[in-house]
Formats: sequence, structure tokens, C-alpha cells
Amino acid sequence: MQSFFDTRRYPWLVWVGFALIAVSLAVLPFALAQVGTTWVRITNYAILYVLLALGLNIVVGFAGLLDLGYIAFYAVGAYTYALLASPQFDLHLPFWVILPIGAAVAALFGVLLGAPTLKLRGDYLAIVTLGFGEIVRIFLNNLSRPVNITNGPQGITRIDSFKLDGFDFGHYGSLFGLEVSGPIRYYYLLLAVALGIIVVNLRLQNSRVGRAWEAIREDEIAARAMGIDTRNLKLLAFAMGASFGGVAGGMFSAIQGFISPESFVLVESIMVVSMVVLGGMGNIWGVILGALLLSFVPEILRWTVEPLQQALFGRMLVEPEVIRMLLFGLALVLIMLFRPAGLLPSAVRKRELAERAA
Amino acid sequence: MLEVRQLQVRYGGIRAVKGVDLDVGEGELVCLIGANGAGKSSTLKAICRLIASDSSRLSYLGSDIRKSLVHELPRRGLVMVPEGRGIFPQLTVHENLAMGAYARGGGDPAAQYERFPRLKERRHQVAGTLSGGEQQMLAIARALMSEPKLLLLDEPSMGLAPQMVAKIFEIVREIAAQGVTILLVEQNALLALELAHRGYVMESGEISLAGEAKRLLENPRVREAYLGEGAG
Repeated sequence: MQSFFDTRRYPWLVWVGFALIAVSLAVLPFALAQVGTTWVRITNYAILYVLLALGLNIVVGFAGLLDLGYIAFYAVGAYTYALLASPQFDLHLPFWVILPIGAAVAALFGVLLGAPTLKLRGDYLAIVTLGFGEIVRIFLNNLSRPVNITNGPQGITRIDSFKLDGFDFGHYGSLFGLEVSGPIRYYYLLLAVALGIIVVNLRLQNSRVGRAWEAIREDEIAARAMGIDTRNLKLLAFAMGASFGGVAGGMFSAIQGFISPESFVLVESIMVVSMVVLGGMGNIWGVILGALLLSFVPEILRWTVEPLQQALFGRMLVEPEVIRMLLFGLALVLIMLFRPAGLLPSAVRKRELAERAA
Repeated sequence: MLEVRQLQVRYGGIRAVKGVDLDVGEGELVCLIGANGAGKSSTLKAICRLIASDSSRLSYLGSDIRKSLVHELPRRGLVMVPEGRGIFPQLTVHENLAMGAYARGGGDPAAQYERFPRLKERRHQVAGTLSGGEQQMLAIARALMSEPKLLLLDEPSMGLAPQMVAKIFEIVREIAAQGVTILLVEQNALLALELAHRGYVMESGEISLAGEAKRLLENPRVREAYLGEGAG
């Protein structure tokens, strides 16, 4: 086994691997559509979570700043899109104009959060960011009076889907005789955006900026003594992480067609943090794995728990929702006990945690 | 090269440094000695702008650095080795050295490996697992990566075995001999004065004595206070 997969002896194996992954990713939505379009939708939401987790990974994993209000940036991106492409203000800008605006607005909010918290670390930073996330949500809930901006708790409806040159991502169509539903179109778009963001993350990690973040995470004073501008680099981490969240939010808006403040509650922030922690802070592949696991496993449970109980006991004893949370909690506890640095930890993070335990 | 006039540092209401005057000329090795809590480290941190301070003059290479930002100074060759070493404990020795060249935008650690063969042996080891002396070597080597003109050393002997202290001081002497100007803050007055050209003695936030290191070594007050001779 070992020798067969030795990529140094058989460099072409890498390319075969890439080709296999590419083909399976390309075919995946059609296979899933056979089971049910719902599964394509679930996959799309999973990819959205991958985008969010990758964005948060920049702040938490790379720069070491614990952010418990990350979903606020998702909300900012989502509302930016919704307000600029819905009957709310009767604006219908094209998505490729709004997504960059959404990213920029989210980045601005990232700096707004980052600037006053520059001197905070660890628990204290976590508390402030948690509060920030709530502030944004409460604002969205209440910005309906005296001037109606967000439409309050009712949320914004009839949000435009992505349209490109007459090609509507939200509509049904066919290609080469294959049925291509809206969710399948969005799947490819999401996949493309996810790949883009993965590439940006990979390039960042070993860049000058990525190294500087690593130094800040390790020892801020020493980092400053090395000539690293800690203030700007921390703000940059907040802004970049936020802008990824903003892009994901805009796409969420378009795919759903409806958003309300209820989608941006604290539990969502905690969910994204869990994905990053479970997968392995600072490791891009770990974070992706964490996001996929935490979005798919609950769905799989939702579909299996009920029939399983019916078969075993003849009736339903425990609600799937309850079991989901139970298993979710159990999984997190086990991970923290046995793999505290995550499923696929980054090398440096692993050492950091081992050091703290010792 | 470095000119400090009327430097003051306050921590809340407490004045830790009360108007210090200090000069370091090009190529000099100057030491700042004094007891615990005399304000030596505060002075050093104020010079490299890590903490806020007041002064009538704070200039480096002829330019005023009272408004400079911390991270700009290493780029201009003013580099500090922080107290307690301040290495990046989870990065390898090699990665630590690479980080040292950040201000210059990259550099080759070969020269440092030549100076510190021990670090070369351990270049793939995680820095936190090095001994105290090795960590101090790494901290100095990392600072040298940015090719400093003026090196500020904050208590390099702290917490080290006597043998290792001697070794570190030997290295400081070598670095100075190669033309790097050094301001050394030390509690170990005897060793620091033997090494330095000039010295300043600091007592409760003020410079109480200054002069050639040799003279200070002979000064009865210094001998009494710091070298454990006389009165007692």
C-alpha cells in the first residue's frame, strides 16, 4: 500500500488523484439528485459552511483571535445582498456587483469590530465578539422603524436569484439531455467560489502575512520586536475573515430567496467555531473536513434516526432533533478528549496545545 | 547614535523612570546596570517604543523617534531582544530565525548557524524545547537576522547557569567586535561592566552614576551596592 501510494516515486499519482476528485465533485450533484433534490440543497448548505469555516479559520486559526460573533459578517453579507436585490427598495443589481460590495461592507464591519478590540486576547476578546454578533442581529431585528430598512423579524422576501446574461441560477433547465435543477446550478457556483477561497487560504498560509499572523499568535510582543505591524495585521485578519463571511452571506441570500434575523443567531456562530475546532484550527483541509462533517452528519441522522427507531421499537421514542444534539455534544466531548487539536491538526497548533497541556 | 534626554515612564501614577539621560555612540558597547525594579527594562522598552513614554529628546541615527511605531524601528536597524527571551516557542529554530528576517523581507540564517553551531544542530527542533541558554542564543541570533545597527539586550543572563552566562557574554563581546552597537541591560553588574566600554548605574528610576566601565568597576559605591563588597 505504502509504496503504491508513494507520490514521490509516482508523481503522476497526484494528478490521477486530482482528476478523480474533480470528476467525483462534478458528478456528485447528479448522483445526489437521484436520491432527492433535498440532498443537493444540503450539499449546497454544507459548502456555504465550508466558506464560513474557511473565513473564520483566518481569524481563529491563523491569527489566533477567538471570534464568537462571526455569523454577524454572514448576516451583513446576506442583508447587503437582500437589500440590493429584492423588492424591499426595488433595487435589482446584478450579483457580480453586489457580492464584492457585500464582501467590502463585511470587511468594514470586521475592522469596526477589530479596531476597539486590538488589545484584547483570549476570553476577553471572545466576550466582546460574542456581544458584537448579538448587536448586529438585534439591529437587524429592529431596523424596521422609524424607517423600514431590514423589515424587522419578518425578514426580506423575494430576493433575486443569481442571473448571468439571461442564465438564471435559480431556474430549472437542461444540458445535454440532463436535468439541471436550480440547486445543481448553485452547486457548481458554490464549488467554484469554494475553490477560489481555498486557493486564497493556501496562498495566505505561507505568505509573509500568514507568517506574521503565526508570529502574533505565538508571542505578540516578540512579533512587534521583529518589526511586525501587529495592529494592521490583526485588522487585516478580521477584515479578510469577515469578507469571506460576507460573500458566503450574499450567496446564502440568493439561494434561499428569503432571509430573516433568525438565521443569524448565536448558535450559528458557535457552529462555525465548532467546525474550525473539530476539524483542526489553522489547517485548511481540517477545517473543510470539520465543516462538511458538522453539516452532513446531523442531516444523515435526521434521515436515519426515525426509521431506525420504528424498526427497533415499532414507534418513535426520541425525537431526531434531541438525538442530534446529544450525539453532537458527545462527539465534541470525545474530540476534545482524544484529539484536542482537531481531526486534522496543523503541525504548529498541535505543538501549541501539547505545550499547554504539559 | 542613540540620544535620550529626560526620559520618563509612568505606570498609572507610579513613575518608573524619572528623567533619564543616556547616550550610545556608534560602535560602543554600553551597559545599564541596577537592581531589580530600578527601571532598566522600562527604559529599554521606552527606547524601542514598546511602551509609552515622555522625553525631551529621543533620537536614533539623528532622527526623532518619539512618534515612531514599534514595528518601524527594526526596519531601521534598531532591534531589541526582549526580556525573558520572547522566542516563538512552537516554531522550530529555523522558523524563528526566518521570522527574525521579517523586517528585512528575508535572509539567510547561515551566518547565525556559523556563530551558533548549537542552533544548527537543533534547527528543526521546536524552540520551546531548547534549554534556557539555547533559547537566549536563539533570541540573539533571531535579532541578528535583521542585521541590526543598534542591538538592545534586555537581561540576557537572566535565569541561566553561570557557565551559560559566560558563554552568552562571550557572544555579546563577539557581536560588538563585529561592529554592532549594543545597549545591554543587566543585573549582573560585574560581568556587564567587564564587558562594556561605558556604563550607567540606575537607582529607583534615575541614573545615579555614569562613566567608563573600568572606572565604575573601581567606584566604591558600585562595589558596595552591586558587587557585594565593603559595608556588609
